[in-house]
Amino acid sequence: MPSATLLGQALISGVLAGGMYGLLAMGLSLSWGLLRLVNLSHFALAFLSAYIVYELGTNYHVEPWWSAAMVVPAMFCIGALQHWLFDRFKVNELASLLITFSFAVIVEAGIQLYWTADYRRYETEYSTLSFKTGPFYIPVLELTLCMVAGVLAWGTWLWLRKTYVGKALRAAAEDPEIAAAYGVDHKKLAYLLSGIGAAYAGVAGTFIALIATLAPAQIWAWLGVVFAVVIIGRLGNPLGALFAGMLIGASESIAMAVLSPAWAPVVSFSMLIAILLWDPDWI
Amino acid sequence: MVEQVGAWRRRHVLAGMAGMAGGAAALAAPAILRAAPSGAPVKVGGTLSLTGFLAQTAVIHKIAAEMMVEEINSRNGFLGRPVEFVLLDDQSKPEVARSLYEKLITVDKVDLIQGPYATAPILAAMGVAQRYSKVMVQSSMGIPKLQTYDMAFPATPFGSEPDKTYPNVILDAMASFPTPPKTIVVLTSKFPSAKFMAEGMRDQAEKRGVKVLLYLEYESGNRDFGAIAARVKEANPDLLWVGSLGLESNQLLESLRKLDYSPKNHFHLYPAPGPLALSPDGNNALCSTFLEPAEPFMSRPGMKRLAELYKERATKANLPYTTIDAQACGMISEWQVLEAGVNGAKSLDDKAIAAWLKKNGATTIYGKMRFDGPFNHGDAAQLIKQVQDKEWKVVWPKEFAAPGVKLIAS
Repeated sequence: MPSATLLGQALISGVLAGGMYGLLAMGLSLSWGLLRLVNLSHFALAFLSAYIVYELGTNYHVEPWWSAAMVVPAMFCIGALQHWLFDRFKVNELASLLITFSFAVIVEAGIQLYWTADYRRYETEYSTLSFKTGPFYIPVLELTLCMVAGVLAWGTWLWLRKTYVGKALRAAAEDPEIAAAYGVDHKKLAYLLSGIGAAYAGVAGTFIALIATLAPAQIWAWLGVVFAVVIIGRLGNPLGALFAGMLIGASESIAMAVLSPAWAPVVSFSMLIAILLWDPDWI
Repeated sequence: MVEQVGAWRRRHVLAGMAGMAGGAAALAAPAILRAAPSGAPVKVGGTLSLTGFLAQTAVIHKIAAEMMVEEINSRNGFLGRPVEFVLLDDQSKPEVARSLYEKLITVDKVDLIQGPYATAPILAAMGVAQRYSKVMVQSSMGIPKLQTYDMAFPATPFGSEPDKTYPNVILDAMASFPTPPKTIVVLTSKFPSAKFMAEGMRDQAEKRGVKVLLYLEYESGNRDFGAIAARVKEANPDLLWVGSLGLESNQLLESLRKLDYSPKNHFHLYPAPGPLALSPDGNNALCSTFLEPAEPFMSRPGMKRLAELYKERATKANLPYTTIDAQACGMISEWQVLEAGVNGAKSLDDKAIAAWLKKNGATTIYGKMRFDGPFNHGDAAQLIKQVQDKEWKVVWPKEFAAPGVKLIAS
């Protein structure tokens, strides 16, 4: 039987790892829920950001936070540009899945061409920093990630619910024609939302560079679990995405501690199937 | 064919002499010494995982293969004809490898084939090779008992039962410590060849009285090692054995450090060698190898030149770790085996090549290799290397350690 310390440490580790799931899921959830576009290239943009942060850090000694300050606005622009293409060619939900998948493959090939297929690891002084609380160790970088994800999720949630722009976006997602009748210019707002979603990929990419191993094929490593997070957290709901990410992260980690690490991937999809069968109102 | 080569050589000697007479001796001399091949190329087909999750290692194989094709062509090609390597990308997918080998043999009409990288694509390609009775040399199938095709040859000295032989090499090394480990945690990726070796390590440790505190498997490509690290820390074994691939070892050690824990002794099966050696957590890490660019291996014929050439090519290809390692040497050996088979049999006929190799073996960068044991394997030649001062050094068996290098206990 695992000790309480082991369970507690696994829970902390899982919740913090879930922060990354939530952060990656947020942009995807917004795009899918409010624009009706399933943007698989979100993962590619996150990894492209991670590689740029890695490149700037290792070759030009730019601090990751300064790199993020450059990468995030750049991703916003790419997101807006992507939406211009979707709008120009009237891409629907299903087509968006195929087109953004193709885009992700192209980005993967580009990354491999420039940075090669070899593993890249951005070693920083923050990589292994942690502090102790009671018997538990809290990794600083993962905690920072969760705090950033929390701020973004709360901020976005409030923005969608309390501001005119947010309400207009939600209304347009519900019924574009009625929203348009009330003067909502959905097309213009969609550029903003698409840019924000891609900017979140930039934020996630910064943390991926600092925490994870970079290899072009890793773009797809997060796909399954993040999709589960998006669905469980409810489409278009950034707070739901973060909570669902933490829930799945914690469940995976507890499964690793109590059962076997090999059971971890089963957890997220079992939870997804269980929740879909349950079909609660909030889904 | 032999006569053609002789005639060709005579022509070039005369040409070289004329050149020398013209005052171009420096340029002409290499033309005499190196009997550049001519005629229709001998097409050798193969795939490597140039994209997908195996790409980071396959790129090493690609560089080594290209080097070897140039090497062979600078010697005399295959039977006096230049060698052309028809390389396709199997995308790290066995089903793609299977289709591409079918294409190489039936559409591209290659004369010979070379094996792909990693167990699953090799198994897929082997089925095709068997159907068309083609010789297939491979260097990276970690489960030798799966190589049941009679004309498939290993280019790496795993031996026929590495799951039994190699754990005992490790346990012998550990037994030489002043305080030999009494407990072990075996942690492994579910990647087939890693799991195969991990199960062997667990079984052999138990047989030799080393208590297995934990045996844990994780999915290949696992993202978070936090909970696993917590379990390792709680078990606190004398030896941590990790069936890792790529940077998984680095990730695990970092997660352990975040818990303020350093393993006493730690062994890693197939890690990314450069990042682990350079990691602050990598000191004294143990790892499997067959050869390293140091003595006594550098004294083997051609090794020094190949190591230099590899460094140059790897640097040009922008690889972060440019030192020749067991992966690159595996591919070098693969071509050396094929070259020995073709030259020995004096034929491109697959059956003749296979028969010659079985009877005579081949001398490669790994030394003399036999193919007359179970599954066409010969003797096992696994070694242990250790990170010492940010460099990998062969430490066990003692006779393979460079002068002054010793295995360091925790």
